[in-house]
Amino acid sequence: MTVQPHDLLAAIGGVPKPPTEVVIQATDVNKWFGRLHVLRDISMTVKRQEVVVVIGASGSGKTTFIRCVNHLEKIQSGRIFVNGHLIGYREVNGKLVEDKESNIAKQRQEIGMVFQRFNLFPHKTALENIIEAPLLVRKTPPAEATDMGKALLTRVGLAAKADVYPAQLSGGQQQRVAIARALAMKPALMLFDEPTSALDPEMIGEVLEVMKELAREGMTMIVVTHEMGFAREVADRVLMMDEGQIIEEGTPEHFFTNPQNERTKSFLSKIL
Amino acid sequence: MTPSRISRTLGPRPAVVLAGASSLALLVTGCGSQGAATTHVAFDWSAFTSSLFTPDHLILAGLFLTVVISVISQAIGVILGVFLALARMAKAAPIRWIASIYIWVFRGTPLLVQLVFFYFGVGAVHLFGWNPINVLGLQIPGAIQAGIFVLGANEGAYMSEIVRAGIISIDPGQMEAAKSLGMTYAQAMRRIVLPQAARVIIPPLGNEFNNMLKTTSLLFVLGIQELYETFVIKQGQNYLPFEMYLACALWFLLLTTIWGFIQARIERQFAKGAPGAPTSGPGLRQRLFGVRPAVEPSLVSGGR
Repeated sequence: MTVQPHDLLAAIGGVPKPPTEVVIQATDVNKWFGRLHVLRDISMTVKRQEVVVVIGASGSGKTTFIRCVNHLEKIQSGRIFVNGHLIGYREVNGKLVEDKESNIAKQRQEIGMVFQRFNLFPHKTALENIIEAPLLVRKTPPAEATDMGKALLTRVGLAAKADVYPAQLSGGQQQRVAIARALAMKPALMLFDEPTSALDPEMIGEVLEVMKELAREGMTMIVVTHEMGFAREVADRVLMMDEGQIIEEGTPEHFFTNPQNERTKSFLSKIL
Repeated sequence: MTPSRISRTLGPRPAVVLAGASSLALLVTGCGSQGAATTHVAFDWSAFTSSLFTPDHLILAGLFLTVVISVISQAIGVILGVFLALARMAKAAPIRWIASIYIWVFRGTPLLVQLVFFYFGVGAVHLFGWNPINVLGLQIPGAIQAGIFVLGANEGAYMSEIVRAGIISIDPGQMEAAKSLGMTYAQAMRRIVLPQAARVIIPPLGNEFNNMLKTTSLLFVLGIQELYETFVIKQGQNYLPFEMYLACALWFLLLTTIWGFIQARIERQFAKGAPGAPTSGPGLRQRLFGVRPAVEPSLVSGGR
């Protein structure tokens, strides 16, 4: 993948450079919801500027897994490292102890997340949504934050909507603001949790365009999605999850032409 | 048709209505039927109107005290309510227990008993003396301190439930989004969740303040000369309990009515930018009498 300085990331001052080549390193991650074993020994790595698409039926654990990456969900065993930092926990005598809240908050600053239901702050305008965290968390000077926020809005094609409240935006527009909001924290990687699943079909394209742009500019991304067209165009790797396990991994081409696992085949036959 | 069935179809019995109307007429014309046996059978218009339209400094002082104590107590109640609500949702069980016990006690005992206990009871065993204190050159008597303390503490217990309901009503995705941006729980609460919860909290909060204005009348037990106690004293001096208590009631009605206007304004203010929020809150008519206006067609048709 060639990286060219481009519009989207230019708005936040270029591609954030994590100190290591491996951005995410997950080893043997296990998670239970009560007695339900939702993640079974998940291990995977994501390198800098890689785009990984995670597919799988609902309930397969794909959303849960990326929520563990920024510690919105606890894990019961295993390790997740982002930029070399153990996420959410400290290791005391080989056991996981949940980290201090302030440390977890600090780690999350490096990890942008885009939600299925957008989760924009309804009491704040589009621009305020974007600059809230930079002002509050990063202590960015207001003028600088506003400039960056407006630049980001311009890049996602919503320059005219800066002072509009989320309720007055379409789903696609809201999701683009949500992407801009996550980028405003200058994250080293972005997690997308089914970003187009709650959208009307005619709005999916505009959100995918922004994500493709981001991928082309070299953002490290994990994307949970059923959009195989997106995967084919920009993904470096595709992971197929089923019952809390990664059952198949490969290039998008592999999944289109030569899937091995029976469950992968049956899943793909339903969504393609 | 039996008489009872007739009365059911006609609403109030005509005889009752007639009796009510005639007694009102008697009252207005001032022709008491008891004759000259008592001194004040006639309605004393001048004492009544003057206590309403040309209130002396005692009434004004009582009015002032009622409003000030209400505002301060309510403010304490709201702040306390927010912390109690957060405590009841805390991760640590002991914090939840303390908050629950507090709410249990203050909601489960009469306010009147709380007032006399904390002022007279606590004062008598010298746990706390309730000595006068000086605030910005103003001497605050112990009774008023105790009154504000107890009203605020009591209100906090009620507000905590209202605040908690408000917080719970906010989509958990809001907290998650805030956290994913690197905010701590406290930052997310303060900047994202509570401002949204405020929209839900404000209407019942307004009703709580309406209550508070009236509840201050209980402070008479501590000898505080708020609006009610002022009129108690007045009727003791001029032997006009009917006129004085009626005037007292009208003063309270005026306070709660003014508050009704202010509340409607505040609710409109907070509804701005809210998704699907109506452009106006419930009107005054609805607020005072519970009358619902006809639904505007423009509000019913959904869609963007």
